[in-house]
Amino acid sequence: MTSTLEQVGLVARRSVRRTMRQPALIVPTLVFPLFLLAVNSSGLSSATKLPGFPADSYLDFAITVAFMQGALFAAITAGTELATDIQSGFLNRLQLTPLRRAAILVGQVAGATTLALIGALVYLAVGLIAGVDVKSGVGGAIVLLLYAVFIAIAFSGIGAAMGARTGSPEAVQGVFPLIFAVFFLSSMSMPRDLISIDWFRTVATWNPASYLVEGLRSLVITGWDGTALWRGLAVGVAVLVLSFWVASRALATRMART
Amino acid sequence: MTNDFTAVAGAVLRRNLIHAFKNPALLIPSAVFPLLFFTAFAGGLSNVANVPGFDFSSGYTAFQFVFVFLQSAAFGGVFTGFAVAADFESGFGRRLLLGAPQRKGIIAGYIVAAFARWLFTATIVTVAALIVGMQVDGNAAQLLGLVSLALLANATACLWGTGVALRFQTLQAGPVMQIPVFLILFMAPVYVPLHLIQGWVNTAASYNPATALLEAGRGFLSGQPEVSGLAYLAGFGLVALGVVWGLTGLRRAERGE
Repeated sequence: MTSTLEQVGLVARRSVRRTMRQPALIVPTLVFPLFLLAVNSSGLSSATKLPGFPADSYLDFAITVAFMQGALFAAITAGTELATDIQSGFLNRLQLTPLRRAAILVGQVAGATTLALIGALVYLAVGLIAGVDVKSGVGGAIVLLLYAVFIAIAFSGIGAAMGARTGSPEAVQGVFPLIFAVFFLSSMSMPRDLISIDWFRTVATWNPASYLVEGLRSLVITGWDGTALWRGLAVGVAVLVLSFWVASRALATRMART
Repeated sequence: MTNDFTAVAGAVLRRNLIHAFKNPALLIPSAVFPLLFFTAFAGGLSNVANVPGFDFSSGYTAFQFVFVFLQSAAFGGVFTGFAVAADFESGFGRRLLLGAPQRKGIIAGYIVAAFARWLFTATIVTVAALIVGMQVDGNAAQLLGLVSLALLANATACLWGTGVALRFQTLQAGPVMQIPVFLILFMAPVYVPLHLIQGWVNTAASYNPATALLEAGRGFLSGQPEVSGLAYLAGFGLVALGVVWGLTGLRRAERGE
């Protein structure tokens, strides 16, 4: 009987290999956020002239959005892969083995997490080449990467929950715009105190995604901002715990059903 | 000949509309996405109107509305391309080619269906914009000008998507239909007027035909038309290219390539 950790390793290895063998997953995850970053930083560069804007360069302000988009892609990858395994009957075959449910769930998100890590490294490297100034220094850049991967794992839990509940890759893809909507209604593109429409500012203030973005962003544009960091971390932990709990319950129901 | 063409186009149109309007999973995203963009851009970025040099007289909501209006038209066309791909993936497209006495009517039917589907989305986006107080300074003729530009964008994207669908005959070609349209749209002055964009995106936007459509559309809405001739030239040029792309795709599908 293998330990849970060994079981996680087995499932994770398969998940990572499967993800890394799909250029159709890797290329958009790397290219799409960088393209939007380039367009937004050029198009909104004049926004830095607004009184009270917290950065001299919109590129510095917006680079963390790429990390968040990478986390979204991780969520979709994790959800789609789990749903594909359900649809193809692979999960049913796994049930014939002594693999634990936790091992399946945690191992399944390994591919998405690896993809998110590669994405984060690329975004940071491209950002630094383009002139991003990380105010918190080298240590901050490392924390930024770890933070981004942590958020990607938390979001992978959302993807896994959707994948386990629906068992349909199409349905997982269909829910993607809703998650995207949550990000659009946050302080992703403008600091909350500079959002001039009252209801939008209220929505952005109540939107947990704002605190994830602001936590990441603080490392780049402010330095070590304890408040922004702990708020972001708290939201991240809440998303992680809740999403994996829902995913675990959904997987248990599905496994009991089959 | 004309009757065959009209009959085929009408049948394709009817089938497409029934399929689209009876299937919320198809209809809702095409309506929700533009609203989402409109909310995020016009709401979240409204303070951008206070940037020195921002000179659009009708306000930031109207400025963003034109982008979302044209974007929804283009994506309405792309979504119709998805429908063509789905028809071929399920085998219906091959049967349609066998049964249609005038096959160009198939493409015409899809184009008109794209128009009809987009009109639904356009109505929702326009009502939403008016509810949040969008300032409209253009007269009726100018507003019709804006709609005509959107129809050109819709037809171009539909012909592009249909051409791709007829060549690949699978929904997996979806990114090939979507990504170029997305890139062209976002390489235009989305957030601020062209003169406020910096760097290489400014150069790219200067040569982008979508910039002319966008600037002319904004000119119509604000009642101060500008670059209208260039926009129509670009729009009709894109449609002409799209017709060639769509018809050559049809030829390939007929030959079974």
